[in-house]
Amino acid sequence: MSFAWANQYEPKTDFTKWIDEKLPLPRLVYSAIGAGYPVPRNLNYMWNFGVLAGFFLVFQIITGVVLAMHYAANTEVAFGQIEHIMRDVNYGWLMKYGHANGASFFFMVIYLHIFRGFYYSSYKAPREMIWLLGVVIFLLMMATAFMGYVLPWGQMSFWGAKVITGLFGAIPFIGEPLQVWLVGGYAPNDSTLNRFFSLHFLLPFVILGVVILHIWALHIPGSSNPSGVEVKKESDTVPFHPYYTAKDGWFLGLILTFFATMVFFAPNLLGHPDNWVEANPLSTPALIVPEWYFYPFYAILRAFTGDLTIPFTGIVLIEAKLLGVIAMFASILVWFFLPWLDKSPVRSGAYRPLFKKFFWVFVVCMAGLFYLGGAKPEEPFIVLSQIFTAYYFLHFLVILPIVSQIEIPKPMPFSITEAVLGRDDDAGSPPTPPAAGKPDSDAPDGALQPAE
Amino acid sequence: MTIRLGGIIFGLGLTAVLLLWSLLPGALNFAFPEKPDYYAFQEKNISPEGGFSFEGPMGNWDTQQLQRGYQVYKEVCSACHSLQYVAFRNLEDLGYSEAEVRAEAASWMVPGIDDKDGSAIERPGIPTDYFPAPYANDVEARAFNNNAIPPDLSLITKARKDGVNYVYSLMQGYNEPDPADVAKSPDFETPPGLYFNEYFYNINIAMPPQLLPDIVTYADGTEATTEQMSADVTAFLTWAGEPSLIQRKQTGFFVIAFLLFATGLGFLSYKSVWAGMKPKKK
Repeated sequence: MSFAWANQYEPKTDFTKWIDEKLPLPRLVYSAIGAGYPVPRNLNYMWNFGVLAGFFLVFQIITGVVLAMHYAANTEVAFGQIEHIMRDVNYGWLMKYGHANGASFFFMVIYLHIFRGFYYSSYKAPREMIWLLGVVIFLLMMATAFMGYVLPWGQMSFWGAKVITGLFGAIPFIGEPLQVWLVGGYAPNDSTLNRFFSLHFLLPFVILGVVILHIWALHIPGSSNPSGVEVKKESDTVPFHPYYTAKDGWFLGLILTFFATMVFFAPNLLGHPDNWVEANPLSTPALIVPEWYFYPFYAILRAFTGDLTIPFTGIVLIEAKLLGVIAMFASILVWFFLPWLDKSPVRSGAYRPLFKKFFWVFVVCMAGLFYLGGAKPEEPFIVLSQIFTAYYFLHFLVILPIVSQIEIPKPMPFSITEAVLGRDDDAGSPPTPPAAGKPDSDAPDGALQPAE
Repeated sequence: MTIRLGGIIFGLGLTAVLLLWSLLPGALNFAFPEKPDYYAFQEKNISPEGGFSFEGPMGNWDTQQLQRGYQVYKEVCSACHSLQYVAFRNLEDLGYSEAEVRAEAASWMVPGIDDKDGSAIERPGIPTDYFPAPYANDVEARAFNNNAIPPDLSLITKARKDGVNYVYSLMQGYNEPDPADVAKSPDFETPPGLYFNEYFYNINIAMPPQLLPDIVTYADGTEATTEQMSADVTAFLTWAGEPSLIQRKQTGFFVIAFLLFATGLGFLSYKSVWAGMKPKKK
C-alpha cells in the first residue's frame, strides 16, 4: 500500500518485538501516519485541513460524551438541562461553548478541505474512492449537526427541525406518512428529541468509521499534491513523520488559538439569539434559518419560489417546495459524480487556465450562497440566490464537463522534485531554463500524466 | 460520457426551471414591487457612556452595580417577570456574604408544602431555592397583562440580538414618536393598552414604562435616574444570563497565552525539521 522506498517499522526492544508479533498495531500506525508513510514534499497549507478535521471530530466526540452525561432528552427539561450545564456543572460552559463552536470549526475546516479538493482535483483517478467516502462523511456530518442543533430545544431548534423534517413532506405520495414516521408525530415532540439524541450520539462513531475507510483509501495511491504530478521517486517525498507531523502540529496550534478566541471571547457570535429562548410551538420566530454551515444549501432550497406549471393552463407539474428539495439534495449528490464530470487529465488548477477562472467564479458563487442562506427572504436576496443557485449547478454539470474538453492546459513539471527545485536531474528531456524557474515556463509535454 | 451528457442535460434542465419559473416571475415582482410594510421608527440600540464594566476581554463585574440592579429587579421587574434559572445561592457572585444571601432568600416567598399535611403553602426561601415565578402559569400571566406573557429574564440579554444594549435601550425607549417618522409611516398607530417604544421589534410593546425616576431608593445612595436604573438592571440581567462570563474571559487569557506559546514552539520545531529541505522557489 505504499511506495517501495517507504521506511519499514523495526521494533527495537523485546517488548515492542513481542507486541509486533502478536498485534502489529504500532507497525500500522507507523506506516499510516508515521515515518513509514512517504508524502509528497510539496504540500502547501491547504493540505493541513484533513488532519484538522480529524482533530475536531475527536474533540466533538469527547466534549459531546461529557455533555451527554449532563443532558436529558426530554422536551420538558432539555432547555433547562443546558442551563444546568452552563451554570452548575463544573466548566460546563466550556464544554457547551466548545461543542457548539467546535461544530462550526469542524465545518470550516471541512469546507476548506473540500475546496482544496475542488481546486486541485483531488477527486480524480486514482483517488475517486477517497472523494466518494469524503462526500459520505460530509453528508453524515450534516445529519449529525442538524440533529445536534435540535437538542438544546430552543426556538431555532424546534422550528429548524420543523422546517427541515417538513422537506420530506414534499415527496409525492409517500411524503406525509414518511415525515410523520421520521418525526414521530405531526410536529417535533418528545419522540423526535429522543431519537435525534440517540442518532446524534451514534452518527459521530459512524463518521469515525468512514474516516478510517477514507484514510485507508488515501494510503493506496498516497496523498495528492499541488503540482498534480504523481510521485515518481523517493526525492519527491518526505516521511510523514517528522515532516508533516511538525507542520500539522504548529498549524493545529494556530487554528486552536483562533478557536479559543471564539470559545472564550465570542462564543455566541455564530449562534442565533432565538435559541436562548425555550422552544414554543405556538410562537414562530420572525426568521427561521439553520446554522451558518447550512446556509448555501438553505439558499438553494429557498431559491425555487415558483411551481413548475404548464404555462397558461395552471396545471402544476412539480411544486416549488419539491423543486427546492430536489435541488438541495442534488447540490450535494452532484459531488458524487464529480470524478466523471471533470475529465481533464490535468489535476492541479494551477495548470488549467480556463478552469481556474471558473473556479474563482464558483468561490464567489459559494460565498454569495453562504450570505444569502442567512438573509431575509426578500428582494434583492431572492433574485440573487436564484442566480447563484443557477450558477452552482451550471458550474458542476455544464461548465466543468465542457471546460475539461476544450481547455489547453499549461505545460507541467516532469516531477514533484522539479516543481519544488526548478530542475530534476532525472527528467528525460532538457531541463527547464534556470532563469525562468517557473513550472509553467516550458517543461516537456511528455511529463503530462493523464488521469485516464 | 453518459454521465457528462446526463449531467449537462440535468443541469440545463434544472437551471431552466429555476430561471423561467422562479426567477422570471420574481424579477417582475422585484422590478415593480408592492409597497413594503415599513416602519421608520426602529432605532439602533444605545449603550451607556463608557460601556459596561463587564464588556471587553478585560471586563469585570461591578458588584455595586450588580447589587443595585438586583434591587431594581426585586422591587420592579419581579412583579411580572420570572428569573427561573437563577438560584438565591448564586447571589454570592454579587458580593453578598453567605449570611446575607440567607437573609435575602428568606425575604422571598417560594412555593412549598406543609410538613404536616402536605398541602401547598408559601414559605420563606432558602439559598438553594430558585427565584419564584410571579404567575402560576401562562394563562394567569396573560390574564394579568393584557394578553401578553412577560418573558422570563434569566437569559434575556442572550436571547435578543445585541441583547445587552437592547435591554438598556428598551428601558429608555418610551419616547414620543418622531413626527418625521410618523409622516413616513402614515398607517402607524399605538393601540390602546400598548406603548410606543422605538427599540422594540414591533414598535408597540405591551409593557408599560417601568423605570420612572426614583421608583427605587438605592441602598448605596446612588441617584435613581431612568438611565442609572437601566444600566444597573442590564448589568444584573447580563450576570443572570451568564454567571460564568468573567470566569470564561479570564480562563481564556491563560488558554490563549498557552496556545500562543505552544504554537510558537511548534513553529520553531517545524522550521528546524524542514531546514534540511531545499527551499521552495518563489
